[in-house]
Amino acid sequence: MAKDNVSGTPDYEALIEEVLSAYPEKSKKKRAKHLGVAQADPEGAPDAVTGIASKCDTVKSNIKSIPGVMTIRGCAYAGSKGVVWGPIKDMVHISHGPVGCGQYSWSQRRNYYTGTTGIDSFVTMQFTTDFQEKDIVFGGDKKLEKTIDEINTLFPLANGVSIQSECPIGLIGDDIGAVAKKKNKDIGKTIVPVRCEGFRGVSQSLGHHIANDAVRDWVFDKKETDYVAGPYDVNVIGDYNIGGDAWASRRLLEEMGLNVVGNWSGDATLAEIERAPKAKINLIHCYRSMSYICRHMEETYGVPWMEYNFFGPSQIAASLRAIAARFDETIQARAEEVIAKYQPLVDAVLAKYKPRLEGKTVMLYVGGLRPRHVVTAYDDLGMVIAGTGYEFAHNDDYKRTGHYVKEGTLIYDDVTGYELERFIEKVRPDLVGSGIKEKYPVQKMGIPFRQMHSWDYSGPYHGYDGFAIFARDMDMAINNPVWGLFDAPWETAAPAIAAE
Amino acid sequence: MSKLRQIAFYGKGGIGKSTTSQNTLAALVEMGQKILIVGCDPKADSTRLILNTKLQDTVLHLAAEAGSVEDLELEDVMKIGYKGIKCTEAGGPEPGVGCAGRGVITAINFLEENGAYEDVDYVSYDVLGDVVCGGFAMPIRENKAQEIYIVMSGEMMALYAANNIAKGILKYANSGGVRLGGLICNERQTDRELELAEALAARLGCKMIHFVPRDNIVQHAELRRETVIQYAPESKQAEEYRELARKIHANSGQGVIPTPITMEELEQMLMDFGIMQTEEDRLAAIAAAAAGA
Repeated sequence: MAKDNVSGTPDYEALIEEVLSAYPEKSKKKRAKHLGVAQADPEGAPDAVTGIASKCDTVKSNIKSIPGVMTIRGCAYAGSKGVVWGPIKDMVHISHGPVGCGQYSWSQRRNYYTGTTGIDSFVTMQFTTDFQEKDIVFGGDKKLEKTIDEINTLFPLANGVSIQSECPIGLIGDDIGAVAKKKNKDIGKTIVPVRCEGFRGVSQSLGHHIANDAVRDWVFDKKETDYVAGPYDVNVIGDYNIGGDAWASRRLLEEMGLNVVGNWSGDATLAEIERAPKAKINLIHCYRSMSYICRHMEETYGVPWMEYNFFGPSQIAASLRAIAARFDETIQARAEEVIAKYQPLVDAVLAKYKPRLEGKTVMLYVGGLRPRHVVTAYDDLGMVIAGTGYEFAHNDDYKRTGHYVKEGTLIYDDVTGYELERFIEKVRPDLVGSGIKEKYPVQKMGIPFRQMHSWDYSGPYHGYDGFAIFARDMDMAINNPVWGLFDAPWETAAPAIAAE
Repeated sequence: MSKLRQIAFYGKGGIGKSTTSQNTLAALVEMGQKILIVGCDPKADSTRLILNTKLQDTVLHLAAEAGSVEDLELEDVMKIGYKGIKCTEAGGPEPGVGCAGRGVITAINFLEENGAYEDVDYVSYDVLGDVVCGGFAMPIRENKAQEIYIVMSGEMMALYAANNIAKGILKYANSGGVRLGGLICNERQTDRELELAEALAARLGCKMIHFVPRDNIVQHAELRRETVIQYAPESKQAEEYRELARKIHANSGQGVIPTPITMEELEQMLMDFGIMQTEEDRLAAIAAAAAGA
């Protein structure tokens, strides 16, 4: 690619200094703490799968963004409604407050589900109490009650309702908990009030936590169930089924003999949430957004939990083995069979795409677990991570990142629009993976891009099947012939017509 | 028509703001002034004595029934009371729900946009107890009231409240041009009340506009839902209110930017007046009482 920098090893420390120099002193001091380079970690044991031990938790995280910058973060409401509750398909999720929050977050996360929309499933529908001035002045509890009644009449097969608070609810102090209790008595369905007002916390991360707590307080131990867990019943926690990810994951677990009784919350039903505490183990995909409820289930119901990674064949195989190790030899044997079964597929994918992608550099900036977990999928294709960062991570995420990214990787926490653009400009990677807001500026710089929140309307990327799609998509982006046309023809050397 | 004058009455809850303001306005209307009252209290009792009844049709109540304020007409919410005084009440939610502050903002904007402020000489805002949030500061902000009159008494908490309101005025004095018109002392027959009120006025850098003596006739008038001016126009108390009205009328453009004092200074002032005991005196008093027992 014509536009690539081919200078030797980049000096990222100097790059960070240069980028920070544009800030006023106070902002510079604050932002400097969020930027860094993965350090050698002589004390850390190399990760069993990746063989990597670097130190990434030197950057500060989970701190309020500074005013004046373009942060890419969301709010607590986004974390609760958009991430945790929204995908539960047989419940209606009310965006409680003025219409905008619900309208502009409508159907943004590509949480796939089976079911008949509007009859027994409601994920892609938008419900709001549509607050008006009078609801602010006189309070909105009555309107909320009416909304729940209307939902109950119009959608009798909805198994419950969650109330997702927008900012004004907290400001005027409406008692949605009392409404939930009352309506639960009236209609006999689960009603969950979630106090996820957008002004709470520094990012969507607190919204995840609040949403987890609402599951604990308003769903667990509320109904009798005669469900008795079998020996291989497991929950998958924190897979939101973006583009069908959860299905690709479930297939592997079921092939190795496990019984996925709950998937939180992609394609989930309320019953899956209710019964989860009875399962044998919780398998966590997105640690950031759902570790809270897993810890609660461990403490209260004695359900153990473990993290796994289904991005790229090396991690998939390692995760399948680690999961199988929690069960008997039958499962362990079947896990090996599954790995062997998919090996030809893996070989074919690598044979086709690795030569086209080997050595290409990647910069990532996403949320949740992806800034570390997808790294290994790129590794398997021979690609190199130049930089990665999280929107709303906490320190424990950066600790875990040390198992995935090598020493010398650029690390940026809650990166600002300006910083990311300058980093990309200077590093000029072969691919950037981030969100829709970043996509077009990056492509205009002449750098290939993939959206890594929505899989750019593709997917799934989880599991072996997902890896094949992932490899194809990355190849499609990087090796697209359009990048060869990036320079204007009149700016290249004139063809020697005159000489003829 | 002279230039529109906008004034507001603030003060501690229960101090007699509504009574004082309505009596004063009744006296002002006798002086030929055209007056609009904007009640900014969810209790909606700022116009009761002028209308001789409690106004039922508040702006927010009607707006909620009709859908929104856009569905209202000015005539729906403006009633004519004693000698042509125009009366409106913002209204608001029952205690404990919703946001009354937002209601005040909505109601005032509605009245302004729909011409309630046309063809009047005075707009008077009567605002509930303390300036608890941005909504109740609305008459101070945004170039509404030019002069604020603080109703107070010689009671300690009334003095605290007056000083706090002065802080609120100071906050908006430079951006919005609001001024402190002065203090109106509603006699409660506390120790050295007039002196204390004058001392506070001096500390705040404002005038002590008038000292309204206590008179039971105010109670008699209130029970009949009337101002003293209407109930007993010849009484001495009616004359007091007329005097207060004349002083406020003459006070146009003479408001000041207040110089509120700190809590410590205020307490010191009360001690100097012998109203509040010092810590040592208090301990001595307790010891003496214990010894006596």
